[in-house]
Amino acid sequence: MGIKKEGIKLINEDGLRIDGRKPDELRPIKIEAGVLKRADGSAYIEWGKNKILVGVYGPRELHPRHLQDPTKAKVQCRYDMASFSVIDRKRPGPDRRSIEISKIIGEALENVIFTHQFPRTSIDIYIEVLEANAGTRCAGLTAASVALADAGIPMKDLIAAVSVGKVDGEIVLDLVKEEDNYGEADVPIGYVPRTGEVVLLQMDGDLSYEEFEKALNMGIEACKKIYEMQKDALKRKYVKVATEIVEEVE
Amino acid sequence: MEENDSVFEKVREIVVPGEFLGKDMNNGPWTYRIGNEIYSMRLGIKSVRGKGVGVVPLAGKYIPKVGDLVIGIVSDITPNLWYIDINSFNPATLHVADVPWRVDFGFTGKYMNIGDSCLAKVKAVDETKIALLTMNDKGLKKLSRGEVVEISATKVPRLIGRGGSMINMIKEYTKCRILVGQNGRVWIEGDLENMAMAIQAIKLVEEKSHLIGLTEIVKDMLENAKRGE
Amino acid sequence: MTSEEIVSEIKRDYINRLAEVGRRIDGRAFNEYREIVVEKGVISTAEGSARVRIGGTEVVVGVKMDLGEPFPDTPNMGVLTTSAELGPLASPTFEAGPPDEKAIELARVTDRAIRESGAIDLQRLCIEEGNKVWVLFLDIYVLDYDGNMFDAAEYCALAALLNTTVPASRFDMGDDFKLEVERYPISMTFAKIENSIVVDPSLDEDNIADARLTVSIDEENRIRAMQKGLSGGFTVDEVKKIINTAMELAPKIRKKIVEA
Repeated sequence: MGIKKEGIKLINEDGLRIDGRKPDELRPIKIEAGVLKRADGSAYIEWGKNKILVGVYGPRELHPRHLQDPTKAKVQCRYDMASFSVIDRKRPGPDRRSIEISKIIGEALENVIFTHQFPRTSIDIYIEVLEANAGTRCAGLTAASVALADAGIPMKDLIAAVSVGKVDGEIVLDLVKEEDNYGEADVPIGYVPRTGEVVLLQMDGDLSYEEFEKALNMGIEACKKIYEMQKDALKRKYVKVATEIVEEVE
Repeated sequence: MEENDSVFEKVREIVVPGEFLGKDMNNGPWTYRIGNEIYSMRLGIKSVRGKGVGVVPLAGKYIPKVGDLVIGIVSDITPNLWYIDINSFNPATLHVADVPWRVDFGFTGKYMNIGDSCLAKVKAVDETKIALLTMNDKGLKKLSRGEVVEISATKVPRLIGRGGSMINMIKEYTKCRILVGQNGRVWIEGDLENMAMAIQAIKLVEEKSHLIGLTEIVKDMLENAKRGE
Repeated sequence: MTSEEIVSEIKRDYINRLAEVGRRIDGRAFNEYREIVVEKGVISTAEGSARVRIGGTEVVVGVKMDLGEPFPDTPNMGVLTTSAELGPLASPTFEAGPPDEKAIELARVTDRAIRESGAIDLQRLCIEEGNKVWVLFLDIYVLDYDGNMFDAAEYCALAALLNTTVPASRFDMGDDFKLEVERYPISMTFAKIENSIVVDPSLDEDNIADARLTVSIDEENRIRAMQKGLSGGFTVDEVKKIINTAMELAPKIRKKIVEA
């Protein structure tokens, strides 16, 4: 949380935020499944101004061999921000922040993948952030779930994710960059609707217990909406294929 | 190669991982159970048969099954075995004891080298789903000419068609020799014009969107290609 | 890191059989490109950006600018820095890690076409001789690799430059202004497969090519950069023929990039 400049108001008299949203309103989200030719599975997400591409490879042979687990697949995630995805150019390649985010997204996804189906293999998830405007780890995790399903990988469920925060003393959903920079708290949440488990959770800032509870509930409600968009993206791509199959059988 | 259209009986709807499939039923392929409720593990078509509910996947790699015919490409060799890429998670292995040639230790490369293709059969699958192949059976061989086209393994039943109707039609029109591996690799051999036609037809089965009569669409394509000669 | 794809011998044989009768595996003529799609201004955090697809190959380029010092030997010129990332999502053979020799070759070949053609007049990017200049970062991201990334990267770089606004106001350097693009170099890559030469190699063709030649031609039909790759060679006549074909193909591709 940055130091807020004097006089910046993030919520106006009507209770609306700097981009005109209500406190519990999501930015527009567009998800597309199966956008890459080479990857085994892929997805593209536009979430507000965030633009993120995810490619999944696997299950595939894990190299070097001594890293193979004879009981399950290894889930490996790489979250990367393109140099031009932020206003101040970022040096290409991983940094401490992206390595940490890769780790927690990979661990969240491992929760829903039936890894024991594919011993000795790796399932590789590559998240490329092309344009960033707060909430990229949640948007990336949301798109990665779609890409994994698109790759045909067996999973318990899709993970939906969103960040909730506190801005001008109020709990608000899905922070934009200014709210993230000058707000009082940020809580990214990854949620598995089928099991009700929270599989990604971070927090920085300052919240009372009551505020956190409100934030968590608001996030979970939003995740249920995002979950519907994920399912819709997958079905849109495959509805044609299914029609063909039904046609063949009848 | 056997077709398994029966799986598609009473096809209902597309499901995604985590989707509810039914209650108090038997759980079929690619499903899991929480209490007495059954959920999908994979993106696919929900299929109900009697008291059972399963999912026919729409995407994903080939999972080896004993008895399957597969088309493989040699990815590595050792003195006494070949590693064969079969479009699955891990390469399959083919031992010198399971080929129709008498191979002296260290001379595997003389018979098949990296990049060579073969038609083989899955002899065994170990608990980590690594396949052991054999070429000791009728019709199994090294493939030395022609072309191998890849389609998704999940679409092989459609390419074969009901009772082999689709693939037989393509063979008839193009006069090509065609072998369909259960792993989604299709070998085609004939004269160049006819091969191009067969490849186009196979890709049409795999990719082209349509709503009514896949067989008719492929037939039209083949008719038109013939007239164009 | 990148690894090599296993090349199927059957496919190699089939491509050669087709080439003998003047055909290609995807039905194209030897001097025919796959569909080229150019989109400019796709990234709002960049000073300029573009996305280019050639067949199944997809590249995004973003331009970022900053203030910096000139190199001592060119005190009155801005600085152009080109980098390329072969994203591991783009191919099963691309692995995460720092740019390897393939990525560095791609960045340098693209850089040469842009720099040596004078596409950007670097003197115009000088603010205070010997002291303060604009630094222009041209960052190439390969997102889907289906053959011929050299041409996709160069078209994308040119399109991104054509879309660039110098962010002067952000640095208290006056009003923002459009970056002037002075030249329009177009790179065309040819692959030699046995005795045939094809333009815009697909992935299968790229995998079995014996030799590769990239030629950049500007709008006055001047040759501005070249790069020969792989272990095979070209005869002198083949090189001449390639350049002539490139000169024939360039205007149509240039039009597509400029007008996108």
